[in-house]
Order: sequence, then C-alpha cells, then structure tokens
Amino acid sequence: MGEKKNNNLLGESKIKKLISRDAVTIYIVIVFYAVYSAMIYSGSASRQMLNMVITLSCYILLSVSLNLVVGFLGELSLGHAAFMSVGAYSGSMLSVAILEKFPQIPLYVRLPIAMLFGGIIAAVFGIIIGIPVLRLNGDYLAIVTLAFGEIIKNVIINLDFTGGAIGYDTEPIYETPKNLLPFAAVAVIVSVILIINLAKSKHGRAITAVRDNRIAADATGIKITYYKLMVFALAAFIAGIAGVIWGHSLSIIKAAKFDFNMSIEILVIVVLGGLGSVRGSVIAAIIMIILPEMLRDLQDYRMLIYSILLILLMLFNASPKLIAIRERFSVKNLMAEAKKRVAEKKKVKEGSANE
Amino acid sequence: MNKEYPKTKMVAPPPNILLPERDVDKPPVLDVRNLGIDFGGLRAVDDFSIAIGRTEISGLIGPNGAGKTTVFNLLTNVYQPTRGAILLDGKSTAGKLPSEVNRMGIARTFQNIRLFNNMSVIDNVKVGLGNSISENLFDSLFHTPRYRRSEREATERAYDLLKIFDMQDLAKVEAGNLPYGAQRRLEILRALATNPKVLLLDEPAAGMNPSETSELMDNIRKIRDEFQIAIVLIEHDMNLVMGLCEGIAVLNFGKIIAKGTPEDIKNNDKVIEAYLGRKEDENA
Repeated sequence: MGEKKNNNLLGESKIKKLISRDAVTIYIVIVFYAVYSAMIYSGSASRQMLNMVITLSCYILLSVSLNLVVGFLGELSLGHAAFMSVGAYSGSMLSVAILEKFPQIPLYVRLPIAMLFGGIIAAVFGIIIGIPVLRLNGDYLAIVTLAFGEIIKNVIINLDFTGGAIGYDTEPIYETPKNLLPFAAVAVIVSVILIINLAKSKHGRAITAVRDNRIAADATGIKITYYKLMVFALAAFIAGIAGVIWGHSLSIIKAAKFDFNMSIEILVIVVLGGLGSVRGSVIAAIIMIILPEMLRDLQDYRMLIYSILLILLMLFNASPKLIAIRERFSVKNLMAEAKKRVAEKKKVKEGSANE
Repeated sequence: MNKEYPKTKMVAPPPNILLPERDVDKPPVLDVRNLGIDFGGLRAVDDFSIAIGRTEISGLIGPNGAGKTTVFNLLTNVYQPTRGAILLDGKSTAGKLPSEVNRMGIARTFQNIRLFNNMSVIDNVKVGLGNSISENLFDSLFHTPRYRRSEREATERAYDLLKIFDMQDLAKVEAGNLPYGAQRRLEILRALATNPKVLLLDEPAAGMNPSETSELMDNIRKIRDEFQIAIVLIEHDMNLVMGLCEGIAVLNFGKIIAKGTPEDIKNNDKVIEAYLGRKEDENA
C-alpha cells in the first residue's frame, strides 16, 4: 500500500515537472522556433519575417542574459550591447580567419567555433568590467557600465584592425537567415534551458540571495565576489554569442550600432518581461522586435504608436490594479473556481441524496 | 594589515572566565582577546575579552547602545577590529571576509531581520546549506545526476531543520510574507544550516509574546543539545537570559562591566547601576 502511494507521488511529481512554469517556458521557445522554421523552410514566410528571425534570436539571447544581471543578480547594467559588440567583432574575425586559412571547414563547424570564441572573449571582458564594478552598487554600477559600453564602442571605432568607423567587413562570412536559423535556434534554446537550470540550483539560489540581501548573504557564507563575477561573465558570454550570430547575418558590422540606445532597448525588454522571469524576457523580446516591423505600414505614426503601445504594455504588466484584475481572470484562477463550483454542486447533490 | 592583530597562540583561557563544567576540560570554541574598535574618536568597544565553551549558551546583555551588536559585527568581521584578536577553535579570523568567517564556523542572525524576502522559506534554508552542497557550476547548469542527488539531499536536510521549529508546512511560503515570529525563527534556521560551531543570535525573542518566548527557549536548548554547538545571544528579555544562559557578560559603554553566572549578574551592583542608575542617596 505504502509503496503504491509512493509510486503515485513520484508519477505526480514527474507530471508536475513536465507542466511546471519553467518547462512551459522551454516549450514556448521550442514551439516558437518550430513554427518559425516550418514557415520559413516551407516558403510561406514573408521576406520581412525571414529577415527578422536573426535579429529576433539575438534579442532573445541579449534579454535573457541581461535578465541574469538585472533580474537575478539585481544589478543595473547599461552596457550590455558592448559585450555583444565584443563577441561580434572577435567571433567574426575568427570566422573570417578560418575561412581564409581553411576554406574546406564547413559552416556547421566554423560557426560554433566562432560562437564559442566570441562568447569567451566577451566573458573575459565581462570579468574585466566586473572586477572594478564589484565595489559599486545600484546607480553607481549602472553609470560605470554605461561608461564601459561607450569606451568599448570608441576603442573599436579607433582601432585599425577592427575596420574603424567604416566597420568590419564581414562579406566573406555572410550567411542567409535560412542558414543561420538552426544555429540561432539552438543557441537560444540552450541558453534558456541553462539559465532556467541555473536559477533552480545552489548557484542560482546564492545569486538571488545576494540580490535580496547582500549583508545576510555575506553572513551566510556566500562568496559575493565569485557570484557577481560569474553572473557578469555568463551574461557577457551569451551576449557575445548573440554578437557572433549577428555578425554573420550582416555584410558589415559597425561599432556605432552597439551604442547606449541598444543597451537601453535590451533593458526595456527585460523590464517589460519582468525582472527575473526568463519567459517574460523571451516573450517581451518577440513582441518588441515584431511590433515596430508590424507598424511599418503606418509610416509617419510608427514610432508614436510604438511608444504608446510600450507605455500601455508597461501599465498592463506592472500596474498593481491591473495585475489584480489579470490574476482574477487568469486561467489558473478560473480553473480553480470552476473546480470549486463543481465540488459544491456535488456536495449539494450528495446532501440532497442523503436527505 | 595583519600587523594590528597580535599573533596569539592557543593557551588556557584566562582564569576569570567561567565555563560550564562539561566544557572546562576542552579549549573554548571561541576565545576573544582584548577586542576593540574605534569609530573616529569613539571607542565603541574596548578591551572585550570572553571565552565561550564548546556547548555553552551564553548571553550578552547591556543597556541600549552599549555595543552589543557591534561585538557581533566584530565577531563576524563585518567590522574589522582596531585591536585584539578573535580565535575560533584556535584559529585567528583576522582579515577574513564575513563569508569566510561564516565558513570557519560562526553564524549569526540579525537584530533587524534580514531574510531573503523574495525566496521561499525552504530556499532560505537551502542558501544556508549551500556551502555543504557538493555541486559545481557545471552541475548547476546541466542538472547532472550529482545535481539531482545533492539537491534531494539538501531538500531533506532543509526539511529536517524546518522540523525544529515545526515550520515544514510553511516551506513553500515566500519568506517576506511570514509573520514576524516565524521570520525570526527562519533566520535562526538559516544560520544553523551553515553548520556553525558558534551561533550568534541577536535579540531572537524580540517581538515575541511570552508563550512564544518560552517555546523559543526550549528550542534554543534543543538546538544546543542536538547540534552540540555554542550559542551566544543578545537579548533584552531578562527571563530568557536568566533562564537560558549559563554564562553572562554585561556590556556598558563598550566595556564589559561584569561576567558570571546568572546569579552573580543578578546581584552585581555595577549591573544594577548600569540598568537602573545609582541610588539617590549616593548621588546626593
């Protein structure tokens, strides 16, 4: 009897795992890419959609990685685009070099190597920026990361081997969105899974502990320095990978693109999606990239409507009253209520039967 | 930097320090020598010496502003002491980070509760267990079999700890939503989870009603017996201090004015003076 009960419990927990919040997030990402690639490879996707897919993937990567820093670690970083640019430049350069020296190496070997390389270089930069920044908190850290982003941009513009202000010529390694899509999809899915895994582990708990109460975390034996650096490095790594994919999708990369505006754009996505919510970041990234494209037909009014929609979305997402209303009408709540009603009816029926 | 700390070797505790009988033969777990800190010109704590037995429950009392919490902050290296040395099991904690001191074996709670408010109760305890979980970053990222094993172990141990205060049912509740008393208890459990040799409790009974307080007393004793650790507590509730502590140190204006058993302290003139002021005829 006891054993049977145990088995049952195990089964239940497994099912719970399969439909847990985190699992659903992964399903969303996988389904999104499955549908998108089905449309693209069957030829039913418009050119616009085709061109958008890489940008979209990069922004998902950027926002989930920035969410690690802002949402999980609780530190405001305004220079995330810089890590992407480091990854874009270093990865593309390696890719170009490999293509010149060993043209026989196929794309599916060359690109992952470039992605890994770009990610690692970006992570190194993440640690370099992380070390001085560790002594700062809140607003001060935000300003330092902002300055760091500008420094990277200007250094790249003024160096020779990066192509300077004209940009780095990535024509030889240019790939069509169709070719890049599998790599982007894998990168996004793996990143999302890893971040979700991390959040549910000892390390994830330590990171959120540092966010919630630094002094208590310190007193509980958590190596704050280690965790901060780790998060910065991991976020930079993922942003670097996004940069490499981005670099391969263009025929020229310009440092000026990775400016403050881009960092803010990523931050907007993260905040809109909800701090610490991986799923939110993914969905917000999709909305925020598709929305301006959808509004293209409206021409002059495009940015105006976009801004208003952004404000409305923020309100819908973060206003306490609206959250209450949303929860009231959420699927979970409605289901629970329906269950209750059924149970009550049953009771009434039983009651009347007893009488 | 280390210059300021005298290099002290483990010697027998000074004779004026009382240890409970069962701990007398063993070296004290915490040996504090002439500890002091200045904030600018203010000597916040001065010449603070104390030895704590392996399984002793001791109390640190004193009027408001006497420097009790400062002593805790010194013991956990939140403040670096200006003078003196702290020896935990004969090892100096000088120059260590608070997190390193915790891993050496001193855990604490805070006067103004500091929980990880947005995390569940069980996760708060698990953060405390973190250092004894053998799980590296790779395991965490890829949820390897070792991750699953250590996570299951951690959950079990966390529930065992929650059982001490009968808080298993609250395991999934967000810590910030707990009632005040439960938050205090959770903080103790989180500190206990780090597997300390010395547990420092800063006003554990603050905001608790008498029945909760007496329950807490039983539980503190239970923790001591079960984990065989030393407990030092700061408390204003004299019933708790006198009923629970085997040794008491009284602090006033940063200096120890009395040390001894509860009986000694109760009848000590200096202590009465510190708390109630001098008798009127003496003043005149």
